[in-house]
Amino acid sequence: MADVTFLEALRQGLWEEMERDERVFMLGEDIGAYGGAFKVTEGFQKKFGEARVIDTPISEAAIVGAAAGAAHMGMRPVAEMQFIDFISCAYDMLTNYVATARYRAGLATPIVVRGPCGGYVRGGPFHSQNPEAAFLHTPGLKIVYPATARDAKGLIKASIRDEDPVLFLEHKWLYRRIKETLPDGEEVLTPIGQARLAREGQDMSVITYGATVWKALEAADQLAPDGVSLEVLDLRTLLPLDDDAIVATVKKTGKVLIVHEDTRTGGLAGEITARINERAFEWLDGPIKRVTAHDVPLPYAPTLEDFVLPQTDDIVNAARWLAKY
Amino acid sequence: MPPHSVPDTRSDTPAIPADLERLQLLEVYRYLRLTRVLEERLVALYRQSKVIGGLFRSLGQEGESVAAAFALERGRHRDVLSPLIRNLGALLVMGAKPIEILRQYMAKAESPTRGRELNVHFNDLEKGYLGQISHLGDMVPVMAGITLTFKMRGEPRVGLVFVGDGATSTGAFHEGLNFAAVQRCPLVVIGEYNHWAYSTPPEKQFAVQHLADRAKGYGIHAVTVDGNDVLAVYAATKYAVERARRGKGVHFIEVKTYRRKGHAEHDDQSYQPKDEIERWARENDPVDRFVKQLLDNDWAEAGELAEIDQAAKDEIDQATDACVDEPLPAPESALPGVYAQPAAAERLWFRSL
Repeated sequence: MADVTFLEALRQGLWEEMERDERVFMLGEDIGAYGGAFKVTEGFQKKFGEARVIDTPISEAAIVGAAAGAAHMGMRPVAEMQFIDFISCAYDMLTNYVATARYRAGLATPIVVRGPCGGYVRGGPFHSQNPEAAFLHTPGLKIVYPATARDAKGLIKASIRDEDPVLFLEHKWLYRRIKETLPDGEEVLTPIGQARLAREGQDMSVITYGATVWKALEAADQLAPDGVSLEVLDLRTLLPLDDDAIVATVKKTGKVLIVHEDTRTGGLAGEITARINERAFEWLDGPIKRVTAHDVPLPYAPTLEDFVLPQTDDIVNAARWLAKY
Repeated sequence: MPPHSVPDTRSDTPAIPADLERLQLLEVYRYLRLTRVLEERLVALYRQSKVIGGLFRSLGQEGESVAAAFALERGRHRDVLSPLIRNLGALLVMGAKPIEILRQYMAKAESPTRGRELNVHFNDLEKGYLGQISHLGDMVPVMAGITLTFKMRGEPRVGLVFVGDGATSTGAFHEGLNFAAVQRCPLVVIGEYNHWAYSTPPEKQFAVQHLADRAKGYGIHAVTVDGNDVLAVYAATKYAVERARRGKGVHFIEVKTYRRKGHAEHDDQSYQPKDEIERWARENDPVDRFVKQLLDNDWAEAGELAEIDQAAKDEIDQATDACVDEPLPAPESALPGVYAQPAAAERLWFRSL
């Protein structure tokens, strides 16, 4: 038994899969000799060799495209985006080529594209993005976004073993901030497509994912003494969404606050709202409300970033408002 | 050339170049003719509205398509080729059947993609071909990954990818070629300089004279070949393929040719000088040139070629008859296979009212 960070848990998952299956290999920018911008792959090249831990040119489209080609031939590539913001450079390859391959051509393309996402770290507009909404309407792709160390490990392993392409989002604010005790000698595998009840409650469901799971839990702690009981649902997989878990919590509490760090318009909260409307409308006791980033590119200065992004206080205030409704 | 390789030609016949045997020349001719007959049949089906979408001709480019593919090792799990819409001939050489192409164009339920994709956008990786998507240049990174795998596994296999002159302007082409060059992937790139990217001429596409000039910037070998000289394309590709197989890395072959039809059948080619098209047709048709070589050098007799022509026509007749009246896919078959799991997309509620 040992406390491990989110980042160490992720490393463990990658390491175990590299050891388990020789078809697994990694490619990305500065992942080999340097060990990656966040040191996720530190020591991997020394252990597994240059052929399986490949330093690539700065070419996100080629990284994803080459991963796809290798996957067609039976390999299990794990491609790193140095910051997930740069996935936009591979948008065509991932959405047009990779995600459609099984449907249009019967081609298996089991690749994982992973990388650090998210703000609260003073990264500015191009090192803080949450790109999930841009890929949400991409049939054929799966999107995974763990919030805990255990799920970072369990979901990266499940993603590597999955038969379909997975976009794996790692919130960099969580990398070294959270710790968890993971059991030795037990394989940690988290099924894709299943949400997790992060906290049970009675009065209101907070549906969220990523870093804001922790902010929602803080808000729940702050509200508990006042008799407002929040249930927190950590989605873990964004595509496909766990409709059953969403509907179950809505039916239990009757009130819904959807929280995400991504901007509001066209964000995941809109899709979740629509699904609740279609599947559990009559169970609602109030309007579904959203707590999200403001609709601006994410600015650099701490005062600006803190204003734009949803904070624990925002969740507390929104929950109080909704509790009274 | 060992004497047994030319079993039934006279001793004073000029030697066949590029280590080919006489029967192989006839096989190349058969693929050229089959391509042309199949496309002519597709035009007829297009005019009868049996072809559902656009129709793309390779008229004038059959030589380089067939010859390049013919230089690969073919068979189960051998070399892999990624063709474009004007590489129908290459697909046939790799083992795709005319009936599969007919079914694709007519969106039949029995087509390789079960009506999901168009024309030559289909694949059989066991036979060694991987269809393109419409985003030009994208197959270069994908083929870089396929050939990277050959290298990682130590398999003596080679990949070949076609790109058009226009597609060399894309970022994907650049990224993929550079990636493959750095990794020394066993990849051969055929750059088809066919003078027209839809309606855009080369001088509006790039500022170099030859595509091969660009390839030098990647630190890879490059050569420019007369794309309508079948044997020259074969020899250049064979050399590049064997070089790649020996671990010498990426090789770029520019084939100079000419697109004699429009971008697709609907295109009236108003932007192409009419005399230019006619000149290429009259003086530089790859099939005509190959036939002349075969006959002038006594590598084939006119009667043999006529027999091949008839056999090609019969084959396409039979393939057409076998599939032209087949049904389109059942509507509900649109839902399965987006993922391995879940097995099918959800049927939406308003379709059950």
